[in-house]
Amino acid sequence: MNKTNRLITIIVTVILVAIVAAYLWDARSTVAVLSSTLRQSTPLVLGALCGLLCERSGVINIGIEGQMLFGAFIGFLANVYTGNLIMAIVAALLAGALSGLLLAYMSVSLKMDQIIAGTVLNILALGVTGYFYQQGLTTQGKLPTVPLGPLADLPLVGPVLFSNPPITYATLLLVMVVHYVLFYTRWGLRTRAVGEKPRAADTLGINVYKVRYWNVIIGGMLAGLAGGFLTLEAVGTFERNMTNGRGFIALAVLIFGKWTPFGAWGGALLFGFAIAAQTQLQLSGAVDIPHQFIGMLPYVLTILVLAGFIGRSRPPAASGIPYEK
Amino acid sequence: MERPNKLQSIAIPLIAVLMALLIGAVIILISGSNPLAAYGALLEGAFGSAKGIARTLEKSTPLIFSGLAVAFAFKAGLFNIGGQGQLLFGALVAGIIGYAVSLPALLHIPLAVLGGCVAGGLYAGLSGWLKTQFGAHEVITTIMLNFIASNITDYVADGPLKDEGIIARLPQIQDSAVLPAIGPVPTGFLLAIVVVFITAWLLDKTTVGYEIQTVGKNPNAAKYAGMKVARTVVLTMFISGLLAGMGGAIETQGVVGRFQPGFNAGLGFEGITIAMLAKTNPYGVIPAALLVGAMQSGASQMQFDAKVAPEIIDVVLGLMLFLVSADMIIRRLIRARGDDDSQPRLSSGWGN
Amino acid sequence: MNKTPILELRGITKQFPGVLANDNIDLTLYQGEIHALLGENGAGKSTLMNILYGLYEPTRGEILVDGKRLALGSPSDAIAAGIGMVHQHFMLVPPFTVTENVILGNEETGAAGRLNTRTAAKQITEISQRYNLEVDPYAIVGDLPVGVQQRVEIIKLLYRNADILIFDEPTAVLTPQEADELVAIMRELVAQGKSIIFITHKLREVLEVADRITVIRRGRMIGSTTPAEADQNKLAEMMVGRAVHLELDKGKATPGETVLAVENLTVNNELAQTAVDDVSFVLREGEVLGLAGVQGNGQTELVEAITGLRRVVRGTITVAGQKATNQSPRKITEMGTAHIPEDRQKHGLVLSYGIDDNLILNTYYQAPFSRAGQRQAQAIQQNAEVLVEKFDVRTPNATAAASTLSGGNQQKVIIARELNRPIKLLIANQPTRGVDVGSIEFIHSQILAQRQAGTAVLLASTELDEILQLSDRIAVMYSGKIMAIVDANKTSKEALGLLMAGVSE
Repeated sequence: MNKTNRLITIIVTVILVAIVAAYLWDARSTVAVLSSTLRQSTPLVLGALCGLLCERSGVINIGIEGQMLFGAFIGFLANVYTGNLIMAIVAALLAGALSGLLLAYMSVSLKMDQIIAGTVLNILALGVTGYFYQQGLTTQGKLPTVPLGPLADLPLVGPVLFSNPPITYATLLLVMVVHYVLFYTRWGLRTRAVGEKPRAADTLGINVYKVRYWNVIIGGMLAGLAGGFLTLEAVGTFERNMTNGRGFIALAVLIFGKWTPFGAWGGALLFGFAIAAQTQLQLSGAVDIPHQFIGMLPYVLTILVLAGFIGRSRPPAASGIPYEK
Repeated sequence: MERPNKLQSIAIPLIAVLMALLIGAVIILISGSNPLAAYGALLEGAFGSAKGIARTLEKSTPLIFSGLAVAFAFKAGLFNIGGQGQLLFGALVAGIIGYAVSLPALLHIPLAVLGGCVAGGLYAGLSGWLKTQFGAHEVITTIMLNFIASNITDYVADGPLKDEGIIARLPQIQDSAVLPAIGPVPTGFLLAIVVVFITAWLLDKTTVGYEIQTVGKNPNAAKYAGMKVARTVVLTMFISGLLAGMGGAIETQGVVGRFQPGFNAGLGFEGITIAMLAKTNPYGVIPAALLVGAMQSGASQMQFDAKVAPEIIDVVLGLMLFLVSADMIIRRLIRARGDDDSQPRLSSGWGN
Repeated sequence: MNKTPILELRGITKQFPGVLANDNIDLTLYQGEIHALLGENGAGKSTLMNILYGLYEPTRGEILVDGKRLALGSPSDAIAAGIGMVHQHFMLVPPFTVTENVILGNEETGAAGRLNTRTAAKQITEISQRYNLEVDPYAIVGDLPVGVQQRVEIIKLLYRNADILIFDEPTAVLTPQEADELVAIMRELVAQGKSIIFITHKLREVLEVADRITVIRRGRMIGSTTPAEADQNKLAEMMVGRAVHLELDKGKATPGETVLAVENLTVNNELAQTAVDDVSFVLREGEVLGLAGVQGNGQTELVEAITGLRRVVRGTITVAGQKATNQSPRKITEMGTAHIPEDRQKHGLVLSYGIDDNLILNTYYQAPFSRAGQRQAQAIQQNAEVLVEKFDVRTPNATAAASTLSGGNQQKVIIARELNRPIKLLIANQPTRGVDVGSIEFIHSQILAQRQAGTAVLLASTELDEILQLSDRIAVMYSGKIMAIVDANKTSKEALGLLMAGVSE
């Protein structure tokens, strides 16, 4: 454990030094890349937190992609028809919760194979959003950047950390909240117990099904919020299959982070950085690589993460196994 | 090797299909169209004319292959949702061999098909290898490889091997590589039926098939019994990808006539629905693929006559997958007993 | 003794699909007594206790605690009524600390919903001092020895102020000395006012600890007695329903040439820790070498290394003169090794396959079952019919799925498969775990028949009685090492118990 902590300290220090050095060398590009890193990572963090809550309670969720898509679509529709961005966020959250309820019903109550349950969710989301989406719908706009007073004027950290739109702030907060809840509260203790050894929890009077249902539903809300980020904060409009594999990358991020909120956050930042850096390189014309190769970078990275880091980490013991009373 | 209840294994998918169509009808009704007219037009489009039937068979052909690919991998407890990427590579390689090589048709056709098979097989085999060597779960790697495949094939079609003109695609394949049609029935479809029989024979009548199914049902027991589990996993993924790649090659050689990106978006997912409707039985893949193929074949007629967006088919397919997978719902409805413990659990090996 | 019934079970009946697990059972527990519930594997003891604890709902019957009716089917209600259970398979969350395990389901929280682990740890320390149950509240449970884990289970009950304690086969995983300590703990608990139901199938323990004994057989109550009125033979007869030969006459061993030679063997477990540490022994034709030890002291890893299922780090294994170190399981099987695996459902069987396909699990690729890569359905079928008959597998037909068989019959399928080919070495790991007495007798006779036929037998078992009954020599494992190899005729349970606890003379 100590060894890991020292390693993390070294890595974080090296990264910080590198950032400062880059800032001194080219302030404008550095700020651009780092802000973009944070925003690119936001849906991945939220997706990973969704997977985290599900898996910590013993339910594998490979339907995050579909849940995001659903949240993105419903959030977008709400924005179109109400013109109220708060309502739109609420709608995205509700859509996510509903998709979580469906996943919980399939995985917990029907005891379906959880990999198939998630796949059902993905395919249904693709079909339903595809059918109901009509081209030409327009919105009143998207969530604005909210600078945090004087903090936003600080060099480097100001524009990167303290001048963001609301869902990006919320995500940073949620990483901490989920960490606290998972490791320091009754809810978290019970969730982890149910994910590791549901029968032990059951013998102590804990309702395994209920714990799983709630975690999967709340996880679904986070995935819905990730979708809302795409349509309400990042792009401002909906496109068919606009999640583009982010739900699956989020799973890789979760595994990279060894099923911990901060680890997942770190993993998401890594992916966010990879995407941001290549975009910046492309824009600056510094490199001449066909766009298809740059476009597939996150997917290659996902495979590398799965192949490289997974051997040393362990998912919750009961993850993927329906509980039979 | 398995002895499932025959009646139930037919009744449950059938009820799932009917229920999905019923729910689809309600959705069509809600969106303000007439479901009877819509389904009528769909049927008319799929089976109403000789041309329609030929189109249905044509649409069903790659679906048989992708459904078979999913069903086959399932037997070893593997979930290959990368059929789309494997199919793309199969189509690409067949397309390259089809235009770049000159041979008599008797050699050219099988060589191009074989090239597509091997390309698809190797691409899926990569996921198998990543699973056995590094513990990367195939569900994520195959889907990531789907995205990578569409990027790479786009690049090839738009880059080094691009045909003249503005469209990003490969040149037309030579006549010697084109799969001919036998009367109204596409050769590809007949080939697909033959492959179904070979696959079923491989699984049920050979020792390799016994190994694959043992690995799927209990990898620990397979290891105990002296089977090479890792090799079986890679082999199964290879064969699964080979089937998908063959579907791609036949699409190129029998239908499109060249490699052109994006012609088959979504086929991978339909393969899952088809495999589940078939209860992963190779023979069951044929009617399931015909059903899905007919829906796709009749979709434009439905759009034209009944003003229903063709995407309704994706919704109905999603519902079918849900209902057939969540078969407990249907079992309750028809008061069938017991559940199906003969299927492998796909989540084994999740994360390590 | 105080004669107030603290607990009454009345007419408990539990019908599972196809099985009547409990048939109209009555049981009364008095305040301050240890009441033994005796019955063989599958008699319905665990079902009865799971009903009492609320994990199952009975088909019929009622339960009274202190004269009040208990709501059935919910552990929470049972816990609230003061019922606690030490489960046979510990209900602990391995990555949690002792404190987290104890408070789970009963957590107290402070500001911002934060768990009060420190207060709880203090309470745990108090309980452990009061009842003599030493344990570190901050230790990770998965790292603790089995005996200490059991203490954590007991503390869990005491933390919830349970008055009625159910111990389900508590000694199965303990050394004889640890079992003695547990008996002392149980007496201490009763002395401080608790009442105990003690579930077991071990006759000796019952006579030693119980105040009263109730025997059940095939889900039915057979009768109640006291240690003063009963002896081992009488209890065995009540338990099984016929006279049982507790002693086996196995005849003299006539060891021949060396079949298995293990030299300086070192093997790691999944966590890359040393599990088998520099172990050496030889095993000869026509003898049974017992491998004794508390669960988790390297026996599993040793057996897996010999059978090719686990990599050898250092050392050599020789089977019938051939190098077997790091060879594939198939090669080792082909050298003439048979393996009855520890966990029959995990390794030994494919549950959804029929008996016929399970019977060819490791010979499927050979003639007559396969020719030119094709399965020979007729040969496979015939083989199954012959073996089902010969090994007395109770099944409607030879193609029934293995999952439909009882534990004893599943084990017979494995034994039929492994013993029906020419073998030189038999490795049997926990061959009678969880099977009924009839099957135990059958399996023991098969093992001894192999010994008579000249097969070298390595028998790993955590049941000392089994080891003592069947072995010619006994190797005791502790913490990955073989403490000693002793002559079975010149040792005692107590001597073996000390070795199992790592104490060497």
